[in-house]
Amino acid sequence: MMARARFVLFALWIVVLATTPLYAENYIVRTAIIISMFSTLAYSWNLIGGMAGYPSFATAAFFGIGGYVGAIAQRNGVPMVLAWALATVVVAAFAAALGAILLRFKGHYFAVGSIAIVEVCRLITSSWAEVTGGGNGLNVPLLRWSPDAVATLFLIVMLVLMIAAFVMNVAVGLHRLGFGLKCIRQNEDAANMAGVNTTLYKVVAFTMSALFCGTVGAVYASWVGYIDPTDSFQIVMTLKVPVMVLLGGAGTIFGPALGAAAFVILEEVVWVNFLSWNRAILGGVIVLLIFFLPGGLLKVPFRTLTRHLYGRQRADLSP
Amino acid sequence: MDFAQIIANGLVLGALYACLALGFSLVWGVLNIINLLHGSFIVLGGYLTFFAWSYLGVNPVVALPFVAIIMFGLGYLLQYVVINKVVTAPVLTTLTLTFGLDMILYNLMTVYFTATPRRVMLNLGSIELFGVTMPVDRLFGMFLAMLLTALLYCVMRASKIGRAIVAVRMDRAAATLMGIRVNNIYAITFGIGALMAGAAGVIFVVIFPTTTSVSGVYLGKAFVVCVIGGLGSVPGALVGGLVLGLVESFSAHFFGPHHALTVGFLLMLLLLLVRPTGLVGIRGYE
Repeated sequence: MMARARFVLFALWIVVLATTPLYAENYIVRTAIIISMFSTLAYSWNLIGGMAGYPSFATAAFFGIGGYVGAIAQRNGVPMVLAWALATVVVAAFAAALGAILLRFKGHYFAVGSIAIVEVCRLITSSWAEVTGGGNGLNVPLLRWSPDAVATLFLIVMLVLMIAAFVMNVAVGLHRLGFGLKCIRQNEDAANMAGVNTTLYKVVAFTMSALFCGTVGAVYASWVGYIDPTDSFQIVMTLKVPVMVLLGGAGTIFGPALGAAAFVILEEVVWVNFLSWNRAILGGVIVLLIFFLPGGLLKVPFRTLTRHLYGRQRADLSP
Repeated sequence: MDFAQIIANGLVLGALYACLALGFSLVWGVLNIINLLHGSFIVLGGYLTFFAWSYLGVNPVVALPFVAIIMFGLGYLLQYVVINKVVTAPVLTTLTLTFGLDMILYNLMTVYFTATPRRVMLNLGSIELFGVTMPVDRLFGMFLAMLLTALLYCVMRASKIGRAIVAVRMDRAAATLMGIRVNNIYAITFGIGALMAGAAGVIFVVIFPTTTSVSGVYLGKAFVVCVIGGLGSVPGALVGGLVLGLVESFSAHFFGPHHALTVGFLLMLLLLLVRPTGLVGIRGYE
């Protein structure tokens, strides 16, 4: 019953986002595109970070590589949609190779390794000027349609990606893969003993978590028409996506969409009203989130603050 | 440029890197927290020194103990009041928390100090020895960095607090049973981490222009040094710093300065694969 109501709400939310070009101004449509973009990224991250509990901070690397592959392909005359597909395939292959190496680490080392990947990608793209344009960035051929039509097109594309990422989450959750990933999150050694092929499951989850990030990056590049290394490989973005998932509720099916929407809207409000304080306010939100909403927005009604604090003290005693 | 000069540059840079990474390494090793505030702590230490120098005319060397005390207090309070509440939580939680705190500190510094690059210009000139030229302020910075490193090593080896920190790091539960107040030790460790960051900031503001946006660069260096050397020990940070300094110096010479950073990060990834405990780390301590 509860779950069905949530599915209906999710469908309504998609409809609200999809119909923004009909009734709202360009700024709202742009925000809707960004919300669906970050929802896709959040759903992707949810597979590895939420379900398997591996704190991956490589999102920006996948996004940026996707953007660059798409942009370079389009500049060399590959049609737009094919360029997006190419970016997806390249990023998935990259993630599979990377995951096979990186997923041997746990906890802090995995986190640091994945952050380092973002940094290395940024440094390589900014110094490999012959291919990537270096620090000057790359221009991507723009669509010669009316601005409204372009915005609507990219909104629909991003929404389709968001739904695809959502469906992927649901499917993985129902499949034995999702079960295995949850076992890995709880106790990887025990899962391994019990016959879960942990290495395979982790690599598959990592690759799936990169898949749509690559597409989104390429679509973003086509939409904005210009990419550069600092914008594509942002450490801030790589940390923002997990925060969104945590805000909504990690490992849940509706959390990422809720978290991404809440975070993007909050960010827009803060940008508009408190320009010079936007970082501090977002930082404050993150700190409050960790302390008062550790389970995310979806968990709010079920846990009272006092009970939560009590639970934390108990957890403190265990070694 | 001959090899003596490259090696000298690398060693000086390496000593500075070691000092920069010590606090980060200690906090990571003992508290198991990746402290994303570290870069901003360094910048804050640099700013405090700069303002003491430009408004009060205080020499950086005189300012160093005061900056160190202020940073220790800040770190201690931050850990005791905020971070201790989630210190046993998974890495994602603690990392996100320090990221949020860093955003706040970064924003405060940008608003109140503005992002203008600032440097304490001492104009000490440079000296030449055996065909190697070295600015005096760098040499002095290296001397201070080594002194601080040695001091921290002594504190960790010989003092009661240092032994307690090592004990907590080895086994938290056993340390509690031995009568060590773990939360207090955590706060002291974080305070020492902030202190070392502030002290590194004092040294860096004399040598390089400091502004809020370099905090990320400093943080990146601290990461690389820790992974190369090994976590949570003074020798680890020293070895990591010197190796990184030499590697950057050589790669800047052979591939050009803008590739030095990339080589450092690639070396770090390679070491993560081959030897995740770091060059002088001990297995089981990661």
